[in-house]
This record gives sequence, C-alpha cells and structure tokens, in this order.
Amino acid sequence: MSALTAGAPGRTAFDVTALRAEFPILATTSRGKPLVYLDSAATAQKPRVVIDAVGDFYRHDNANIHRGVYQLSERATLAWESARACVATSVGGAVDEVVFVRGTTEAINLVAHSFLRPRLLPGGTVLVTEMEHHANIVPWQLAGAATVAIPVTDTGELDLVAAERMLRDRPVLLAISHISNALGTINPVEELCAMAHAHGVPVLVDGAQAAPHLVIDVAAIGCDFYCFSGHKVFGPTGIGVLWAKREHLDVMPPYQGGGDMIDEVTFAGTTYAAAPRKFEAGTPHIAGAVGLAAALTWLAAQDRVAIQAHEDALRDDATGRLAAIPGLRLVGTAPRKAAVLAFTLDGAHPHDVASLLDGEGVCVRAGHHCTQPLHRRLGLPATVRASFALYNTHDEVAALARALVKVRRLFG
Amino acid sequence: MRTTIEELYQSAIIEQDRSPRNCRRLDAPSHRAEGRNPMCGDEVAVELQLDGDGRITDIGFQGSGCAISRASASMMTSALQGKTTAEARELFDRFHALMTGGKVEPGQLGKLVVFGGVAEFPMRVKCATLAWHAMRTALSHEP
Repeated sequence: MSALTAGAPGRTAFDVTALRAEFPILATTSRGKPLVYLDSAATAQKPRVVIDAVGDFYRHDNANIHRGVYQLSERATLAWESARACVATSVGGAVDEVVFVRGTTEAINLVAHSFLRPRLLPGGTVLVTEMEHHANIVPWQLAGAATVAIPVTDTGELDLVAAERMLRDRPVLLAISHISNALGTINPVEELCAMAHAHGVPVLVDGAQAAPHLVIDVAAIGCDFYCFSGHKVFGPTGIGVLWAKREHLDVMPPYQGGGDMIDEVTFAGTTYAAAPRKFEAGTPHIAGAVGLAAALTWLAAQDRVAIQAHEDALRDDATGRLAAIPGLRLVGTAPRKAAVLAFTLDGAHPHDVASLLDGEGVCVRAGHHCTQPLHRRLGLPATVRASFALYNTHDEVAALARALVKVRRLFG
Repeated sequence: MRTTIEELYQSAIIEQDRSPRNCRRLDAPSHRAEGRNPMCGDEVAVELQLDGDGRITDIGFQGSGCAISRASASMMTSALQGKTTAEARELFDRFHALMTGGKVEPGQLGKLVVFGGVAEFPMRVKCATLAWHAMRTALSHEP
C-alpha cells in the first residue's frame, strides 16, 4: 500500500525531493532566486521521461504515420497508435473512443461542430456553469447555441438545485468542468451526469484541470465526452484528447477535411474513415502523442494515493498560511477542492502582486484566468492564483506566504 | 545595476498609485480618449483642454487598474500640464523609447525616468504606456 499512513497527520512519507529531481526545470532559478513554480494550472512542468520520449522519437522513430510501407513509418504508426491505447487505458475507455486533438480547446470545438451543431434547433441552448473557462463557453456560442449557466455559490460551488431545474428545460448539452481552473472546486460530475441523463441531456466534461490531480474513469463519471490537454498532465503542448462514447463518434460528421481521415475520395464525393481517424485530418502531432503517453505512463506508475495526500496537505498548508495574512481574501472555499488558491490582497492589484512575487522567484498567475463571467459573478476584476502540483513542497508554500507578507508591507 | 521590481515600486509607483495627481474629470475637455488593457483589466480615460495655440491648459485621467498603470497616468498628467501638443507627442516618443529599450537621454524625461525599470519587465510595459497611448489617441481626434 502507499506511504500515506507513515507520516505525521497532514504530512506523508511521500518523497517529494526524489520526485522533483525528475523535473530538470525545477532546479533552475528565476530572477536570481530558486524557481518556485506555482502556475501548474496554466501548464505543468515536464519530467525527464517526457522530454526524452519526445527527443527520442525524433532521433529514432520519426516518419509519417499510416502512409509508408517502410519499417520506420511502421514504427511511427505503432508509436502513435500505442499512445492512443495508453490514453484509453488511463481514462478507462476503449481505444477507438480516443481522438487526438491539439488540446482541450480543440476537443470542445470538435464537439461543438460535429455533435452540437447538427442537433441544434433555433433557440437551442447549452447548459454550462458560471465557473467555466472561456474554452467551455465560446465554442458553443460560435456553433450557434445560446449558453445558459448554472449559478455558483459564494463559496465557489455549483448550485445543484438550480442545475436540476435548468436541466428540465432540455438543453442540447450540459458542458461542465471537472475541476475549476480559477477556484479549484471539484465538481460533482458523477451526480450531474446522472441528473442530466435522467432528462435525456448528454454531458461533456472538461477535464483539463482534473487529469493532473485525479484518477480519471469515464465510465464511473458517466459522461458522454471527456477532454483534457497533454501539457497540463506533464506532457507536451499541442496534444490533447477527446474521449467520446462510440455511439456518438459513429454518427458525428468529420470536424476537418484532409488526408488520413478519408475512406475514398472522388470529385463527386468522399466517404470517410471510421472514428477516431475520421476526426484526425492531416499529419498530427505524433511526437506529442508519444510524449503524452510517456507522461500518462509515468503518472500511472506513481503512488497516486500518496500524491493525493501530498497535494491535499499542500492545499491545507497554503490555505492556513494565506488566510493568516491580514487583508488577504481567499476566493473559492469549497470543501472539495484541488490545490488551487485564488485570492485578492487589499490595496494591491493582482498584477502588481504577481510582479512583486516574480521578483522573489515565485511564479503565480494574475488576471481573470479566462473566466470573465465567474469574476463578474464574484464582483472581482481579477484575482491572483497559486496552483500546486505533485512536485511542489511545503517550503514553497512558505516562500509564497513570505513573499506575500512582503508585498503586504510594501502596500500597507 | 539592474532594478529590482521592489525598488521600482518603492521609488514612486506606490506613492503615485495611492495619491494620484489630476485624477479627475475635466468640465469641458476639448479632447478625450479611453484605453484598455485586456490582460490586466486596466482602464483609463484621458481628458485634455487645449487653448487656441495648441497648448495643454488642463489634463486629467480617470481609471482603474494596476499600480503601474495608475502611477504612469498620474505622472504623465503632471508632466504634460502647460506643454504644447508637439511637445506632448515628443515626450510620448521619448517615453515609448524608454519602455522599449530605445535611445533616450535620462535628462529629457524628468521625473518620468523612474519608469525606466519597467522596461526590464516586458509583460508590464503595456501597463505603463496605456495612458500615454490614450493621450496620443485623444490628441489625434479633432475636437
């Protein structure tokens, strides 16, 4: 079993020092200070196995896929399809239900184009939530749907009573984030899927923030679509995943036309390949998929229970230390949340806070975090966000708190 | 010696942000323009009153945003009181050069030279230049 029970309460025997040694960038400095990277919700750092997998692919296996009859192309094709199998295993889906895309944003745009649009009648809506990332709002609007949002409470949780009521209006789709990028709230996606399906409403879950923190099981969640980005789960940028139920993929028209997605092309018309290839026009990011598979394999080999306990301890430590700073207000205090802390500091604009933290080597994000409707709902133009990952330490939490006290003194 | 971000704030920005100069509406501005920085959410409106000879007889700003944008707007308005539009455009060019690492004599900028440190933080240059761009846009509009 895990080392979870070996440590003191709130701490575990999980060896974060050894784990950090696998991430070369974490040993570097920023502005002359040790790098304290607290922006993993924007993008995660990469372990050596991922960096090497991408490099090794280009060094030893690079060729185009599904085309050449020569051995090198065969090897590249095998690497690409093995990556698909690895993704399928990691989310608990079938291999032919995994579509490679550029990232979560493209996955949602694909569903908006190929699933939503053909079903959309005049006045049709997509039910989202007030905490959604713009990537889970704008594609639906672009496809012609009106977006209606499930309200968020003052603590940053979804109002499930309102959700039930709004589902009765039969939106074409329910599109929700698994974990909020701005607040860290872990949404009850299983419950929401059951609720939606009771009204015959299919569900897309945006898992961009969940994939690095939770073990994903699409069957247990009960969703129709699940998407995430490689770069947030310790893999490369430019590669992502759309998992969708086979029954949906089979009837969805292609998203983009081009090579590799066809069955037969004539000037009179074209027939398409079966899913998932129907959705993968053109030469894809082969090395990216190889890197993503390396990342998912690496993650699966870690002690996920111990990592979960470590991240929860970081969250609790950070929450305690930040709450103790006078004038600091935490935004989003749901009981179920990931190690993502949004906050404001009285008298200091979030961008000034982030710049001054940068001077201490501490990387945090300031702004609306691509969630303008949420910030409008909370009455805040911007927040500062510190987001933690499995490689962060309690010393880094302390460094963040120290730097914030300094900012507070400067503006005090 | 390189400026630390803390020194940059301590030198003037925090004081100007807290007690900005000319942060007010003009009764009857002859020129006006607004600027927005979507990244920070900074918003600024710059108003000017020009006399018949093209001299700035009054200038004010209003806005919300980060300390750098507010401090810059405040110091810009102080620097431009009584200047001609030609002098204002010249000062814009010098300030812009200061922000983008171009050649500029420190003596030509007066107190504005404290913003020189912002050039080392490229992500914040837009904050420091927001009010200046609004001012230049305002002057390009016919009254």
